[in-house]
Amino acid sequence: MPIMSPFHPRTAALCTSLLWKEWAGYYAVRSFDTVLEPEYQAIRHTAGLLDVTPLYKYEVHGQEAAAFLSWVTVRDIGKLGVRRMTYLCWCDDDGKVVDDGTVARLDDDHFRVTAAEPAYAWLSRQARGFDVRITDSSRDIAALALQGPVSRQILGLITDADVASLRYFAIMPACIGGTEAWISRTGYTGDLGYEIWVPAAQALRVWDALIEAGRAHRIVPIGLDALDVSRVEAGFIMNGVDYFSANHCLVPTRKSTPSEIGLGWTVKLEREPFVGQAALLAESARGAATAFVGLVTVWEEFEALHARFGLPPHVPAGAWRTPVPLYDGRGKQVGYATSGAWSPILKQNLALASVRRGSDTPGTRLEIEVTVEFARHRVGAIVTSLPFYDPERKKA
Amino acid sequence: MTVTNGKPKHTVYDVIVVGGGHNGLACAAYLAKAGKRVLVLERRHVLGGAAVSEEIHPGFTYSACSYIVSLLRPWIVRELALPRHGLEILPLESTFTPFPDGRSLARWSDPQRTRNEIAAFSPRDADVYPEFGLLMSRLAHFIKPTIDAPAPDPTSLSPRELGVLRRLGLGFRSLDHELRELALRLMTMSAADFLDLFFESEHLKAPMSASGIIGTFLGVRSPGTAYVLLHHYMGEIDASYRAWGFVKGGMGRISLALAGAARASGAEILTQAPVASIRVRGGRVRGVALSNGDEIEARAVVSALDPHRTFLNLIEPAHLDSEFLSRIRRFKLRGSSGKVNLALDRFPEFTCRPGVGAHLRGDVSIAPDIAYLERAYDDAKYGEYSRRPFLNIVFPSLVDPTVAPLGKHVMSIFVQYAPYHLAEGPSRWPEKREAFGDAVIATLAEYCPTLPGDILHRHVLTPWDLEQEYGLTEGNIFHGELGLDQMLFLRPTAGWSRYRTPLGSLWMCASGTHPGGGVMGASGALAARALLRSGDA
Repeated sequence: MPIMSPFHPRTAALCTSLLWKEWAGYYAVRSFDTVLEPEYQAIRHTAGLLDVTPLYKYEVHGQEAAAFLSWVTVRDIGKLGVRRMTYLCWCDDDGKVVDDGTVARLDDDHFRVTAAEPAYAWLSRQARGFDVRITDSSRDIAALALQGPVSRQILGLITDADVASLRYFAIMPACIGGTEAWISRTGYTGDLGYEIWVPAAQALRVWDALIEAGRAHRIVPIGLDALDVSRVEAGFIMNGVDYFSANHCLVPTRKSTPSEIGLGWTVKLEREPFVGQAALLAESARGAATAFVGLVTVWEEFEALHARFGLPPHVPAGAWRTPVPLYDGRGKQVGYATSGAWSPILKQNLALASVRRGSDTPGTRLEIEVTVEFARHRVGAIVTSLPFYDPERKKA
Repeated sequence: MTVTNGKPKHTVYDVIVVGGGHNGLACAAYLAKAGKRVLVLERRHVLGGAAVSEEIHPGFTYSACSYIVSLLRPWIVRELALPRHGLEILPLESTFTPFPDGRSLARWSDPQRTRNEIAAFSPRDADVYPEFGLLMSRLAHFIKPTIDAPAPDPTSLSPRELGVLRRLGLGFRSLDHELRELALRLMTMSAADFLDLFFESEHLKAPMSASGIIGTFLGVRSPGTAYVLLHHYMGEIDASYRAWGFVKGGMGRISLALAGAARASGAEILTQAPVASIRVRGGRVRGVALSNGDEIEARAVVSALDPHRTFLNLIEPAHLDSEFLSRIRRFKLRGSSGKVNLALDRFPEFTCRPGVGAHLRGDVSIAPDIAYLERAYDDAKYGEYSRRPFLNIVFPSLVDPTVAPLGKHVMSIFVQYAPYHLAEGPSRWPEKREAFGDAVIATLAEYCPTLPGDILHRHVLTPWDLEQEYGLTEGNIFHGELGLDQMLFLRPTAGWSRYRTPLGSLWMCASGTHPGGGVMGASGALAARALLRSGDA
C-alpha cells in the first residue's frame, strides 16, 4: 500500500474529487477537482502547486563526488558550478538508459540526485573505487513544485532569498517560514517555475506559507493529471511511459539509448570514461536507429473522420499514455506515439513519438492511428521539433 | 505589438478594410495571407472595435464591450495560428445564478455536480437537463455548418444554391421525427415557451431563457428567441477549442492576435485614421478619403462597419439604388443593452453563496424569474431602461492576473434592457447615464450588499456611448438585430447576403452580414474568401 507524503494532511483535505494514484510508493493526487482544466490553466496563467515528494532523492558527498557522478551519468559533472543544477540521464554498459533525473551541486563536494526510480543500489554499485558517500534522502526531503508565470512573485513574498536573481537551472538556499530550504528554478512543465526542497518535518509550514502568500496571486494546488498535459506540451519524456528503464526490460528491443529518446543532447561523449561510453560512441558513429519527435495531428482530417460518423471531433480531457502505431505514406509502420494530449493553450492535438530515422524530419507527414466508433482509422500527423510550447518566461 | 499610426506606406492597395474590429482584422488577415496588399483603417486609437481591452482606470484592464468569447470559429484560430499571435482562452468554470430568496444555482462542466444543484430545485428537471442537452447538441450539430459557410439562399434557383439547399434538406431528413419537430419549434417559439416544454423549475428556466435575449430587442416571451439557446450547445461542440471563455488580457487580445496574423502576412494597420467617405467613380469603388483629406486608392474596399454606417454615412446616396437604400434603412439595429465596467477594491461576495469560489469563475446572471425578465422588457418597450435589468456578469480578474492589480478585481456587467430609443430620444442618454449605472448597482446590491462600497471606478456605457465611441449604430452590439427576419440570406438584406454589395468592388465583412453576432470572426473570414474568389482584388 502506498504511503502518505508529508503534505498529505493538506492535499487530502483539498482533494474533493478523491482522485488519487500511486506514484513511487506514495499516494499522489491526480486532480483535486473532477474537472481538470483549471489546474492546468493555473500552470500557464497563475501558479500551480504540486507535491513532488515522491521523486527519489540521493545525497552524494565526498571529494570524488563530481568524478563519480561524471562516471555514472552521461554528463561531465566536474563542469557543473556550485548551486547549479543539470538535467541528464544515466545508462548501463550497453548505453541503454536506466533513468533520467537531475543533479544539483549544493556545495563543492555535496550533490543531490533526483530520479524517477529507486537508484540507491545502482549508484552504490557504480561507486566502487570512488571516495564518496551516498545516502538515500528520499523520505527525509519533501518537495514542492511551484510552476507558472506568477510563481516568482509568490516566492518573493515568503523568503528573503533573492529569488528574482535565480537563473534557470540554478539552486539556492532559502529560509521559508523559519525553515531552511533549497529553491531551484526547475520543473516539469516547461513554464517559469521552481522546486522547493525542505526537511520532511517542516513540510506543512512551507505548504501553508505558500498557500497563504499565493492566495491573492491565485495559486492553485494541482495534481499529476494537469502536470501530464503541461509536460507533453513541454516535450518532456517520462520513464515508464515514453521509454523503459534498461533495468526492467524483458527484451532488448524495449531499451533505448539517450539519442533514441531525445536525450542525445545531454550526453558528453569525448571525455574520461563513463558507464555506457563505448556503446554510445559506437552509436554516434553509425547514427541512432530511431529518433524522438513531436507530432501534431492534422485537425482537418481528424474532424473529417469524426464527421463521417456524424460526430464532433473529440479529444480526451487529459493526457494519454498508451502506445499508438505510426505509419508512413505507404502504410508501413515507422514508429509509435508514446503519449500525447490536447493542448488547451496551443489548440493542437499533440503526441510524443519514437520514429525510425528518415521519418524524423520536421514537416514530415506520418499517419497516426485513431479509434472512432470502435474501429481503427488513420489521420495525418506532422512531425514537429520539441518542445511544442516554450514561453520566453521559462528562462527569462 | 505596435500599430502604426501615421501615414500608409503606399498610395494604392489591393484592398482597404474600413474598421479595425475583430471581423475587419480577420478579413484583412485572410486577404494578406492570400498575398494581397491590404490596409486596415481604424478610427480609434485602439484596435478591436467592440472586442477591445482598454485601461480606462489605471491598472485595470476592461473588456469594455464584449466580455467573453462566443463561438470564435476554431478553423480561424487554427488557420491564422492565433495562439502563436498571443491568443489564450481560459475556461468559464460555471454559470451561476443567485436568487433573491437566498438560494442559488450553479451549473458546472461536471454533469453530476450540475445535477445535484438542479435537483435541489426540481429532481425531475435534474433528470431532464442532460436529455435536453443531448437533443440540443444534436440540433446544434445539424445547424452548425450554416455558421461556417455563406448562407444558402432559398429565393435563388441557381443550381449551386439548390445543391446547397438539397444538402441541408438531406441533413434535416436525417434527423428523426422528434428532432425535426423540435427544430421547427425552436425556430418559431419564445425561449420561455420552449423551455416550458422541458422544465418545471423557474429557477432553472429563467437564467436559461435569458441567454435567448442577449443583444436583441425582444423579451423571453417573444417568439423567435428560442433558437439562440442553440448557440450555447454549438459552443459545446467546439469544446476543446474553448469557443466560450475568457480571453487572457481581455477581449482586445483576440483583435491583437488577428492583427498580429494580418501583419505577419504583410497587412498594414493604421489607427486614428477615420475614413470620411468611400470614393466611387464610374459605378465602382476606387478607394477611401480620410477625415484629414488624404485619399488612398484600392482595387476593392471592404467595410467592417455596420450596414447603416457603411451605406448611409460613407457613400453618396446617388451611387446606390434607392430600393436597396430603403431596405438598408429598414434594417433594424435598435440597440437594447448597455455595459457597466467596475474596478473593485476587493471581491464582492454574494450573500446567498459566500466566499470567492469556483462558482464565480464563470458568468453570473441576475435573472431570478421569467416575470422579472419580462418586466425588464416592459420598461424597454416604452423607451425606458429597465429599473431592474437582466445582468450578465463576469469577473475576469479571478482567473487572469493580468487585468487588475494584485488583490483588486474587475467586474464586467452586461445590462439589458437599455433601449437606444429612449422615450425622450437617444440624445438624452448622456444625462441619464449615471442614473442608469445607479440602477445596475442597486440591482446588484440586493445580492452583494458590500459591492457599492468597494467600487474604485465605474465605467458606464449606454447604447448612445456604444454608438458615439465604438461606432455601433444605435448601440446594437450585433450590427443589426439577430432576429430570424435578419438572418442567413436576409442579412443584411435579401440578395446581398454574400458580402458583396450593389456597388462594384465594395464588400461587407462584419457582424451585419451572415452569420453575424458575437465574436466569431466568421463574417470577416467568409467575406475574405468570397472577395478572393471574385477577382475584385
